[in-house]
Amino acid sequence: MADAHAKKHDYHLVDPSPWPALASLSAFITAIGAVMFMHEKGYAVFTIGMILLLYTAFVWWRDVVKEGEHQGHHTPVVQLGLRYGMLLFIASEVMFFVAWFWAYFNAAFFPTEAIGSVWPPQGIEVFDPWHLPLVNTLILLTSGTTVTWAHHALQHGDRKGLIQGLTLTVILGLVFSIVQGYEYSHAAFGFQDGIYASTFYMATGFHGFHVIVGTIFLLVCLIRAMKGHFTTTHHFGFEAAAWYWHFVDVVWLFLFVAIYWWGSA
Amino acid sequence: MANSAAAAHDDHNPTGWKRWVYSTNHKDIGSMYLIFAVMAGIIGGAMSVFIRAELQMPGDQFLDGNFHFFNVVVTGHGLIMVFFMVMPAVIGGFGNWIVPLMIGAPDMAFPRMNNISFWLLPPALGLLVISIFVEGPAGANGVGGGWTIYPPLSSTVGQPGMAVDFAILSLHLAGASSILGAINFITTIFNMRAPGMTMHKMPLFVWSVLVTAFLLLLSLPVLAGAITMLLTDRNFGTNFFIPEGGGDPLLFQHLFWFFGHPEVYIMILPGFGIISQIISTFSRKPVFGYLGMAYAMVAIGGVGFIVWAHHMYTVGMNVDTRAYFLGATLVIAVPTGVKIFSWIATMWGGSIEFKAPMIWALGFIFLFTVGGVTGVVLANGGLDVILHDTYYVVGHFHYVLSLGAVFAIFAGIYYWFGKMTGYNYSETLAKLHFTVTFIGVNMVFFPMHFLGLAGMPRRIPDYPDAFAGFNAIASYGSYISAFGVLIFLFTVLHAFMRGEKAADNPWGEGATTLEWTLSSPPPFHQFNELPVVK
Ligand code: HEM
Ligand SMILES: [Cu+2]
Repeated sequence: MADAHAKKHDYHLVDPSPWPALASLSAFITAIGAVMFMHEKGYAVFTIGMILLLYTAFVWWRDVVKEGEHQGHHTPVVQLGLRYGMLLFIASEVMFFVAWFWAYFNAAFFPTEAIGSVWPPQGIEVFDPWHLPLVNTLILLTSGTTVTWAHHALQHGDRKGLIQGLTLTVILGLVFSIVQGYEYSHAAFGFQDGIYASTFYMATGFHGFHVIVGTIFLLVCLIRAMKGHFTTTHHFGFEAAAWYWHFVDVVWLFLFVAIYWWGSA
Repeated sequence: MANSAAAAHDDHNPTGWKRWVYSTNHKDIGSMYLIFAVMAGIIGGAMSVFIRAELQMPGDQFLDGNFHFFNVVVTGHGLIMVFFMVMPAVIGGFGNWIVPLMIGAPDMAFPRMNNISFWLLPPALGLLVISIFVEGPAGANGVGGGWTIYPPLSSTVGQPGMAVDFAILSLHLAGASSILGAINFITTIFNMRAPGMTMHKMPLFVWSVLVTAFLLLLSLPVLAGAITMLLTDRNFGTNFFIPEGGGDPLLFQHLFWFFGHPEVYIMILPGFGIISQIISTFSRKPVFGYLGMAYAMVAIGGVGFIVWAHHMYTVGMNVDTRAYFLGATLVIAVPTGVKIFSWIATMWGGSIEFKAPMIWALGFIFLFTVGGVTGVVLANGGLDVILHDTYYVVGHFHYVLSLGAVFAIFAGIYYWFGKMTGYNYSETLAKLHFTVTFIGVNMVFFPMHFLGLAGMPRRIPDYPDAFAGFNAIASYGSYISAFGVLIFLFTVLHAFMRGEKAADNPWGEGATTLEWTLSSPPPFHQFNELPVVK
């Protein structure tokens, strides 16, 4: 009876934490800073907010890693919950991209008089899909296989293979971002040049942002792998990063087919 | 080992302000949501009384020629009531408090993430409040243009100042809060049901939150995309909604309503769940057609994604498109009807007890049905061309929201008041609250149908003398409703001051869900040993 409080289930009752409130405060500061920035009032507040936000993200996820890796809180049922959580998060991300594709197809299917009633719009010189975009497609597809290689290595207890596969994946991710940056800087149309530029830059730009986030996620997994984290059966952090990476990959395939290829004809 | 760890864990629970700010406890977080919702409701309610006071008579009462301010108040009222009152109350408040209790779980799946879902709301509301005090259109403050923030009214052509940008970022934060909350609820419901609690045994309130969470998860990111486009159009030179650059203002309306229509169901589905629990409890009968009730909500949620353009009948869509959206919209009335008739069938032959929650629930069924019927009227594209943007629409959505969702919230508050606070409220006061509110809100919103049929446009601070009579009635009604809110606040205060302890299950054998097996209020961590459901 003495331990009426004893917990007899496998769920994780997380300890109280300052990070959620701090993250919200940082988001508040960042938002105010963003409006100031957009209205030519400097970027100091925005920068402070962002630094706070990134710091909070870091310490928060550090706590999650501690709880899962060292304190044994991530029992099988908790891991299952994390799986649901990650899948649902990716589902919401898919819907975010739906909005940008919607904008793109709305403009492409019904080109207005302002752009000459044709798609791509009059006066827009688009990229040749079979040059850099194709190279980037191949880079991303390859990175999808290297991350799978890393996963198989991990499942077979081959830490060296895991580290090699992850390193390659991170490098491929970086190369993709660099190529994308190079492509932007050589575009024949500027960011403000009408609806084609809007949909092109915002859709591929948000994708690029997701590539960077995914690369960081994989980099964190790489560092953790080198520190000896993950076992053959318990490595959800890695799996989440891999899922995210595949999601980013698939979005790119849609971008490639719809914007670069179909949209250039 | 496990025992001592758990004991040490209990000792770590902070007290004072840290208990709330650092919280990872679903009940504490649920309480914060409810308190936040009540406070936001008071602000939004004050705005609505201002609107009615201005409209009490023809002519300019308080605006001194600053008609933009009227638009700011209308916009603020809409945004606050939707994002900071109804949603935090039904999903964050009741969802957090009750869902884990009903499925026999010790907490939510992601307790720490749960806390950021709540704490993002005060900054979001803060940004909206800031927007009221900074420049919107040249030379005036605040966002006018309605909660739907259509461009070009919300573009730099219409409102170049900072106000719209603050409002957009406010919505971004509120949206992030809800998406994280949705992930949390779905995971909790899928992963943390007690042994034996199969999906088809879940109480209907849990079903309602599950469907709501899916609607949030899939519709909010589209709104996020739309308002991000608006933001970059305003500040970075994109052309999504700007015709000169090949963009299309109607794109915003499509994206907005692809979110907006599911959003109206987000606000009402948890209410459906609450009403089902209450009707069953006070009729001492299980809900009639349980599976039909559950899947009716799934159907409403699903069909809710393909009817959005019934908000856009007047924008010049071709006739086939309008015919499709007309048909699809009418289809929603079928599962909605299933729900209403099943509630009635639940009461049929039951031994009904008219406690306060039951009275609010009965009020809900009656008034929500009125709103549903006017919705079916509006669904007819040909007719809507006349009624769109008139007070008829305002009447429609207030019958489903102010008299639907809000009645469900009050029903839920009284139903679970003892469970949540540990104190009994006064039946007499709660019934007085109901009576005054019922009279007040019907006086406000019923005449609006006549005004709309006669052609009075919404969101305009003045009107011809011919409309004076009904407007005066509506305004008096709003003062009565505001008095009702005061009675509510007093009822709560009175319950705490009187301090009469609530029983674990005050409602008797009709209350069969798991929360009634716990103490009132439940222990800080309930179900340390999971209940087994037969
Ligand atoms: C049988 C079910 C329903 C039908 C057929 C229906 C139909 C419609 C239609 C056609 C409109 C557009 C009117 C116009 O702008 O001209 C409308 C507006 C609206 N409805 Fe419903 N509705 C239904 C239920 C609901 C429910 C349950 C809610 C919320 C709880 C709701 C909330 C709203 C809101 C907020 C608006 C106005 C949006 C705005 O323009 O600001 N409706 N409804
Ligand atoms: Cu609708």
